[in-house]
Amino acid sequence: MLRIRNLKCFYGRIMAVKGVSLSVNAGEIICLIGANGSGKTTLLSAACGLLASWTGEMEFEKKSLKGMEPPAVVRSGISLVPEGRMVFAPLSVLDNLKLGAYTMYKKKAVSAVEKDLESVMNLFPILGQRYRQPAGTLSGGEQQMLAIARALMARPRLLLLDEPSMGLAPLVAEKIMEAITVLRSRGLTIVLVEQNALAALEVADRGYVFETGSVVLQGAADELLADKDVKRAYLGKDYGDFYDA
Amino acid sequence: MQEILQYLFSGITNGAIYAVIALGFSMLYSSTDLINFAHGEFVMLGALCMVSLSLGMGFSLLPAFFFTVLIVAAAGMIFERLAIRSVRHPEPIVLIIITVGASIFLRGLGMLVWGKDAYSMPQFWDLPPIDIAGARLLPQSIWILLIVTALTVGLQIFYRKTLTGKAMIACAVNKKAAWIVGIPFKWMVLLAFGLATGLGAVAGASIAPITMSSYDMGTMLGLKGFCAAMLGGLGSLWGAILGGFLLGILEAMGVGFVSSGLKDATAFLLLLLVLYVRPQGIIGAADVKRF
Repeated sequence: MLRIRNLKCFYGRIMAVKGVSLSVNAGEIICLIGANGSGKTTLLSAACGLLASWTGEMEFEKKSLKGMEPPAVVRSGISLVPEGRMVFAPLSVLDNLKLGAYTMYKKKAVSAVEKDLESVMNLFPILGQRYRQPAGTLSGGEQQMLAIARALMARPRLLLLDEPSMGLAPLVAEKIMEAITVLRSRGLTIVLVEQNALAALEVADRGYVFETGSVVLQGAADELLADKDVKRAYLGKDYGDFYDA
Repeated sequence: MQEILQYLFSGITNGAIYAVIALGFSMLYSSTDLINFAHGEFVMLGALCMVSLSLGMGFSLLPAFFFTVLIVAAAGMIFERLAIRSVRHPEPIVLIIITVGASIFLRGLGMLVWGKDAYSMPQFWDLPPIDIAGARLLPQSIWILLIVTALTVGLQIFYRKTLTGKAMIACAVNKKAAWIVGIPFKWMVLLAFGLATGLGAVAGASIAPITMSSYDMGTMLGLKGFCAAMLGGLGSLWGAILGGFLLGILEAMGVGFVSSGLKDATAFLLLLLVLYVRPQGIIGAADVKRF
């Protein structure tokens, strides 16, 4: 579905992603893990059109993403849930969701929007209860749900999630992860960027481990969970074992 | 009593104009985070276009008004496209200086096209002034008040009820987030420029009958509108209206009761006072990001 070959991303003269190749098949949950500054968020920015300065190949459903701006990427079926949620704080929850469907409205798909509103409020009932409230008054977890729901309103086939559990209480983060698996069961393909590698690998099918702009390790999620290097670096488990061995 | 009423009438009339100009500043700021210091020049273009279209080319009132707003809004959009969007590193301060430059350019252009003469034109309604308790109210003042009311209601509906209006707010709140949900950010900025300069044109065209219009009228009007917007709270619709009327009335009272030399000083004294005491303006949100 999404194929990335030898992607290099630049911020001015600094190369933040140094030749990454990865692929995402339809229906998969792929997780990208790695420390701060390892290029995960940069990769997502490039994929959704926010960052234009990249070289290499990026194809979504066989069409190149080169030179596309975010609105065009959204129309082609990719939505990003950005890091830090970025809800429109002064606008109501409902307005946030409607703006998420901006491209749908432009396609004159008003009845589809109504249906989608109902479906995201089923997925996150709290949004249904608070739909009149300004988004800024929601709690962190609720804002994250709103950000995901807003992205869903554009009817993406591929959802990119950037650190959805950042700064959330463990129980809330768990709820978000549950929602992600529900979305996959509905046929959505998901790329998940997470600091919380354990939680991410538990829901994912496959994973890529990033280090300073390159992929250092890839494989099935359970293999990565068992991998010693991953454990040492990202899961914090068996630290002693590793050194003894 | 009669005097106060007379000052009040003239204050309200001027205030309404300041309010419309302040609206232009405010709405551009709230959707692009930019202060357009060339805004006053678009008011000047509005006034002079109105004079030319109605007197020079013989258009009747409504078409002249309509085309004036259209022409000036188009000019505003061309300005955005050529001078604002093409900036490589759009830092706010760079853009603001560009608008200052544009104001000088437009003033020069106005002088080339219309010369240095001042123009006047007849009022929209050819009626004698109305006598209220001994004070005289110009029919044009009523026109201006009607126009301000219509604009305020219209803008309110635009922001509250239409998807485009909400998308514009979204761009103001978080440009990046608006972009990734699929809102064409650049088009929104262009539209905001068109609307704001269109508002400027409305102000210009409305005062053309009660003032002398000339190429250099825009600077002072622009600054007064800016003061009004700051006074009420930059970025707030009601703030612009309130600030405009307050400034107009205080100015008129100052002229009437203190000294006519105080007219232009009032605005800037108020501006200083607001910046000291309440920089976010009377009803502005507390988190003023810049200035």
